[in-house]
Amino acid sequence: MTLAQSLWREGIKTGAIGGISVLAISLVGMVESFNKRDIIADFLSMGIAFIMVFGIILPYIAAKRTTRPEKHIIFLNALTAGLVTAVFPALLVILGNIINLRSMFVNASPVLYNLLTSGVEGVGGILILLLAGILCGAFAGLLFFLPGLIRSVIIVCLTSILAVGIVQDLIRPLFSSWGIMEVVSEWLFTQNGLTIAGTIFIPIFVGAIYMFWQLKGEGIKTRYNTLESGTQKSVKMSSFFVLAIFLIFLPHILGLFLSEVLTIVGLYILLGLGLNIVVGYAGLLDLGYVAFYAIGAYIAAILTSPAIGAFTLTFWQALPFAVMGGIFAGILLGIPVLKMRGDYLAIATLGFGEIIRILVLSDFLKPWLGGAQGIAKIPNPAIFGWQLSTPQEIYYLILLGCILVVFISVRLRDSRLGRAWMAMREDEDVAQAMGINLVSTKLLAFATGAGFSALSGAIMVSKIGSVYPHSFNVFISINIVCLIIVGGIGSIPGVIVGAAALVGLPELLREFADYRMLVYGAVLVGMMLLRPEGLWPEARHKMELHGEENGSDETQTATAA
Amino acid sequence: MSILTTQGMTKRFGGLVAVNTLDLVVEENSIHSVIGPNGAGKTTLFNCITGFYKPEDGGVDFDDRSIVGLTPDRIVHRGISRTYQNIRLFPNLTAMENILVGIHCHLKSGFFGIVLKLPGTIKEEKEAAVEARRLLKFINMDGKGDLLAKNFPYGEQRRLEIARALASRPKLLLLDEPTAGMNPSETQSMMDFIEHLRDELGITIVLIEHQMRVVMGISDIITVLDYGKKIAEGLPDEIKKDPIVIEAYLGSGSAAEIH
Repeated sequence: MTLAQSLWREGIKTGAIGGISVLAISLVGMVESFNKRDIIADFLSMGIAFIMVFGIILPYIAAKRTTRPEKHIIFLNALTAGLVTAVFPALLVILGNIINLRSMFVNASPVLYNLLTSGVEGVGGILILLLAGILCGAFAGLLFFLPGLIRSVIIVCLTSILAVGIVQDLIRPLFSSWGIMEVVSEWLFTQNGLTIAGTIFIPIFVGAIYMFWQLKGEGIKTRYNTLESGTQKSVKMSSFFVLAIFLIFLPHILGLFLSEVLTIVGLYILLGLGLNIVVGYAGLLDLGYVAFYAIGAYIAAILTSPAIGAFTLTFWQALPFAVMGGIFAGILLGIPVLKMRGDYLAIATLGFGEIIRILVLSDFLKPWLGGAQGIAKIPNPAIFGWQLSTPQEIYYLILLGCILVVFISVRLRDSRLGRAWMAMREDEDVAQAMGINLVSTKLLAFATGAGFSALSGAIMVSKIGSVYPHSFNVFISINIVCLIIVGGIGSIPGVIVGAAALVGLPELLREFADYRMLVYGAVLVGMMLLRPEGLWPEARHKMELHGEENGSDETQTATAA
Repeated sequence: MSILTTQGMTKRFGGLVAVNTLDLVVEENSIHSVIGPNGAGKTTLFNCITGFYKPEDGGVDFDDRSIVGLTPDRIVHRGISRTYQNIRLFPNLTAMENILVGIHCHLKSGFFGIVLKLPGTIKEEKEAAVEARRLLKFINMDGKGDLLAKNFPYGEQRRLEIARALASRPKLLLLDEPTAGMNPSETQSMMDFIEHLRDELGITIVLIEHQMRVVMGISDIITVLDYGKKIAEGLPDEIKKDPIVIEAYLGSGSAAEIH
């Protein structure tokens, strides 16, 4: 490949991806709304940091993609990619100053231009923008040439600044509730952004931990593996014990707001684990999963709310009915779609989800379900007379539910049923020819998933105290499918990580909430390209997707042996 | 004594008659080969026996009981198991799991037994694991149980597929071109393996095969199909000389040329 070809293919094209991304996030208004918050006080705002992320990542990719071995060409490609990334917003500023773009792009405002050119008017501002691009490219190029360990430490340090800067609003109140920590908090944070001390201390702290683990982690692992099985077990037990204590005290450490977020994440973990059985294990893509959530919620509401008045059971008396109702609905939906596969199944179930929502909204069922007004005055659950009303108390109920559901999921996964589901996912016809009864196996998957979902719904209404049809729209189903994919399909810890990332983070970062769907889309595409196995994949799935480099090697060595 | 008989079995796909009033008698403890040119209806015959297709006409009796109209999973429970022409393992399950799926029909634990890990479930799972390991050893693949099925070389995949079929403890095993794509030495070891299955485990085997060396080498009896009809049946030596068979394989006139 000639130099010009290399520049065009690897430098300019990669840079253009970055440039278009920066244009997109600027024009949808993300940069401007993120700019209200500083990562480092009076120095680096979140909006600029966001652009810089693109300005560094894409030149790095350009350097990585360069096929020519010469170092100066690799570096040149990184520089070019950085420059090209900056050219796009620069053109936007120039164009925006000549003609008014606001009739088409509401967010193409002088404020945005000011931001992109760091407040410098005219040609100077454009030059600053381009120079910043080149600098980012140069940084990425240098990063590429550093040895692996140092490079990953630098990346971890930079990420830690970004991450702490983004969630500072959550860390500060947390620290201030702990007496002495308030001093630390004041040392690290200002009202808006990190202090200089924080900017230096936090990456050093995080980087040191990371370095330690990189250098000593292997040693610790091998030492653990050489322990006797008895000692190993006790190490395991004690770490479980520590985890249990941590989970018990977690809501009190976190305070009210974060506990509320935690309960929402918990409810989605329940939903996710249920759908994980249907989609992850059995391979049946169910997009109407929210229906069972709604059914569980409404059954619990009808049975407990005095506003309806027909029954006034307690939460615990109503719970079995709600779960049974969900399971029954799961089987009912399962029967007509037994013969469907893939896309057809997804569309049929999508319809089912909508049918339930529209039924609940209908005038016909209004006397019983309350129509659009929903059902209110649902009592909170109580344990031995202790009313669980605050999020911190409800947390324990949800924790209990999650533990139960994780337990059932693990047991099922490692059983003949789990194997039957996975065989069905791999090849339905062969699974049947191996003696698996498709009807009962499929219905059991639908029923189990629906039961978990209904459990989540019942807990949800008793937590909120009311239920409305509009809380059961199709986005909940899509959300759950996304969190399973992002976490790692078929993986139990993956569901937990996915729920925390896709449900927890948007609750914490109010700025993201407006761009939730956009971010979801970007995250999904990014995941499919960079890490298709998910954040925390199941061991098997990792083998599946990276089998080329690991699996076949093992086979060869095994054959050789 | 016959273990499997079909009486006038017919399977049509629209206007095409894939299997035409076929009468087949498979003797117990024999190796029975079914041969014929491409498209002769051999695999369709397998699909009809295993319940994947329902024949339009005629009956299939296994162990003196009719199995027509049963779903494939019920037929496995009766004691018929099969492999496929193009290997159809569960590619993303491990070798061990593939075999355990084969054992599925002998496991009984239900939902609550599994979740509560009742003693019955634990015992059953342990026995299944022992059995699966024994089968892995039987196909000379012990120690490779935790590798994904798709990562094995071709010959091992073939053997693993047979092991999976054996896991359901069949009385009758249907093998669809078990030596397809194998080199001579692999083919020889597969032939030994198939004879071993019949002699050691007492399994009756119906074999679809194209390699004449294999067919002539191990068959007790050979049935020749062409256009869904049985055109000849007999011992290997008889079939070898049968002019009708030679004509079906090589075209009209060829028989005269050879003789």
